[in-house]
Amino acid sequence: MTAALPRPLTRRAMLAAGGAVAVGFSLSPAAFAVRPGKNGPKLPGDLGRAPMLDSWIRIGADGKVTVLTGKAELGQGIMTALIQVAAEELRVDPDRIVLVTADTALTPDEGYTSSSHSIEMSGVEIMNAAAQARDILIGLAAQRLGVAPERLTARDGRIFAPDGRSLAYGAVAAGQVLHRPAGPHSRLGDPKRFTVIGRSLPRIDIPAKVTGGISYVQDLRLDGMVHARLVRPPNYAARLVSVDTAPVDKMPGVLKVVHNGNYLAVIARGEYEAILAMRALSAAAKWDAPAVLPQEPDLYAVIKKLPRQDNVILHRQGPAGVPARTLQATYHRPYQIHGSIGPSCAVGLYQDGALTVWTDTQGVYPDRAAIAELLGMAEEKVRCIQMPGAGCYGHNGADDAGADAALLAREMPGRPVRVQWMREQEHLWEPYGPAMITEVRAALDTSGTIVDWHYEVWSNSHSTRPGGAANLMPAWYRENPVPGPVGVNIPQPAGGGDRNAIPLYRLPNARVVKHYIEKMPLRVSALRSLGAYMNVFSIESFVDELAQAAEEDPVKFRLRHLDDQRARDAVTRAAETFGWSPGARPPQGRGRGFAFARYKNLASYVAIAAEVAVEPAAGATRLIRAVAAVDCGQAVNPDGIRNQIEGGIVQSTSWTLYEAVQFSLREITTRDWNSYPILRFGAVPESVEVHIIDRPGQPFLGVGEAAQGPTAAAIANAVADATGVRMRDLPLDRARVRRALGF
Amino acid sequence: MVTLNVNGRSYRVDADPRTPLLYVLRNALKLNGAKFGCGLGQCGACTVMLDGEAIFSCLTPISAAAAGRIRTVEGLGSVERPGPLQAAFIAEQAAQCGYCIAGMIMRAQALLERTPAATEAQIRAHMEPNLCRCGTHMRILAAIRRAAAAMRDTPQQGDR
Repeated sequence: MTAALPRPLTRRAMLAAGGAVAVGFSLSPAAFAVRPGKNGPKLPGDLGRAPMLDSWIRIGADGKVTVLTGKAELGQGIMTALIQVAAEELRVDPDRIVLVTADTALTPDEGYTSSSHSIEMSGVEIMNAAAQARDILIGLAAQRLGVAPERLTARDGRIFAPDGRSLAYGAVAAGQVLHRPAGPHSRLGDPKRFTVIGRSLPRIDIPAKVTGGISYVQDLRLDGMVHARLVRPPNYAARLVSVDTAPVDKMPGVLKVVHNGNYLAVIARGEYEAILAMRALSAAAKWDAPAVLPQEPDLYAVIKKLPRQDNVILHRQGPAGVPARTLQATYHRPYQIHGSIGPSCAVGLYQDGALTVWTDTQGVYPDRAAIAELLGMAEEKVRCIQMPGAGCYGHNGADDAGADAALLAREMPGRPVRVQWMREQEHLWEPYGPAMITEVRAALDTSGTIVDWHYEVWSNSHSTRPGGAANLMPAWYRENPVPGPVGVNIPQPAGGGDRNAIPLYRLPNARVVKHYIEKMPLRVSALRSLGAYMNVFSIESFVDELAQAAEEDPVKFRLRHLDDQRARDAVTRAAETFGWSPGARPPQGRGRGFAFARYKNLASYVAIAAEVAVEPAAGATRLIRAVAAVDCGQAVNPDGIRNQIEGGIVQSTSWTLYEAVQFSLREITTRDWNSYPILRFGAVPESVEVHIIDRPGQPFLGVGEAAQGPTAAAIANAVADATGVRMRDLPLDRARVRRALGF
Repeated sequence: MVTLNVNGRSYRVDADPRTPLLYVLRNALKLNGAKFGCGLGQCGACTVMLDGEAIFSCLTPISAAAAGRIRTVEGLGSVERPGPLQAAFIAEQAAQCGYCIAGMIMRAQALLERTPAATEAQIRAHMEPNLCRCGTHMRILAAIRRAAAAMRDTPQQGDR
């Protein structure tokens, strides 16, 4: 048989490969980006970021529809869901839509692809832009056909008159008819009659991914491309004492050794030549690495002693029963990694004073600004094109690799430079999910009702994204370094370290405090769900402790404290489909646990029931089965939602049972998958079930991060049920379980 | 020069014989399926088949692969004509980011060619070397079961 040739299947890949952009619109959306509320009316969603309709929807004379989003495909399946939203309101077949994702030269500035916001934001914007575009086409067709617009119907890319005459979209869309500002109101379709939204359309990116297509920035192969590798310092504060680069310069294929301050890299013709040169350069580099890391056993004490800002995020006083019993508990979460399976990679091309970076950044516009600052270039001279990488789950090394590619491309004008990190560089240098501490104290009255609640959380920032050059790690190590990182204290209602720190339960008296710690002993940033993972783990573990104190079934206890009907529905559905029955005893060594949260208290409702098996002597804990109920408002692509929740459950199981970054005073010691084990197939659950509570007509609610916290708490509650021992420190790994059980 | 037999075709490659197969597949042969994940044989993103066995191409020098028949995910089918495992992964929507998936498919292919009636326990044990970070495991297992059933119903030619 003949070898299958890799085929660029998407417009993204074509653009990435240097293809021309054949669209008849010259203005960059950013050129007329005005914010709503300044001069004009408030536009639906965040359309004000790019209020011209053709920033979002373009229709060619051939009827081909191009939809543009500033969001990035990260493996969460948003490309397919956004096409569905556009197809529904435009009334065209989804197959006729080409989607262009985040590219500073082509798409609107939608900030970061984060916070499970893509469908809530870009979905709403595209839906409204599509509805308005459809009505403009109908209006134009009305003139051409001499029929009142309300008597026309749009269907399958054509506009039909009652007498059977019709016009194709392409015929009316000639010229720049969509080059006009969006209006404040859209005539959205009736959710009861949706035919594309609500369908489990297969993801458009999967066929290429299973057949070796060009799917990732790692696969980008440009003419004349050369390969770079980096030599990183042994720790954050290390200084390069000396390096003899001359022998490396003479190695086969080596084009250039880059030595700038504490920044070391090598560029070679071939990838493996670059790796061999990197090893030689690494051996030649002599570093002074001071002791800068906290002593690990004292980590949480160290964190609590650091200077902090105290934010009281909830203070509520109201009539309540008399406290009869008070419980308190402290929970800990270690640093945990994103751990993308493919180390960070980017390609840079510096040519004629302009720079293009292909990167799997989550924010092409903020990243462009940071790279321009780092290189001292004008933003207009820098283009960032997002191409998917391996799943990132938040702010990993992608932006730094983009900066590496930019810096190294400038060393090699006219040649595309591909840089990829090695495995240990990814483990050592990505910004981790922050270590956190929570303390909770609550009082029950004699009826077992919560009458007082006091909660505190200590955490670093959960976002050190660029930002500026200070948040690009390579900037810290060059001559004239830009010191960083700089964290953001993300405010409520979304919150960072305090994300989901306010329970959804009825609490007549409550005080919730966020202790924001600016100084970062280890580099940290956004990891899927930010502080919600730890806060939901803590709150939902503690709610089980309260239920036990009240001698009540934990599901009943939750329902008795929940007023939000959608929350109650999610809890009830998960309990029913799991087969939860109060007082039921699983077999010896097994336990069941329950947990619930509404992500950010703003996005999807997720309730999870879990069954675990614990082997006390070995300390081995395994999730046997999990059942989740999810309410994410109007469901766009049910199978995509299930895929995200299933994945979230399995990933959070790995975080919860195995994962902690370890370090000595001088170096991080978890450098690969042996020293930082994650879940493997042998420990995968027997079943994971996801039930969607669809809410046609309700707003889309973000779903991608919503399972992380409930999974952790459901597992911890199940372990307590199985063993009778409450574990409050993550992860619930073998050593801790054995210790807790006295082995 | 080293001669490699990849997906039934012969390639003469001008590279140091110690070069790991992965880099030759990706760069000289322009095959995207095998991925760099760790370079240490710990994650399986680079998995390809050599004479019917799943191997880590990141650890296998081309000199050790020169005598054998190498298969990559590109050799199992195409978007238009996917092989049974590829079709099953599409049917089960068994990918999130998908970076690990080509390696998963190649490891599963090696199992199903040798043990078409693999049990659930055999599948899980066999897949142990390959990591997925998105948590797509349930769907990957479902896709392998689906492909196994399809391959039993429609016997395939063995190692092409």
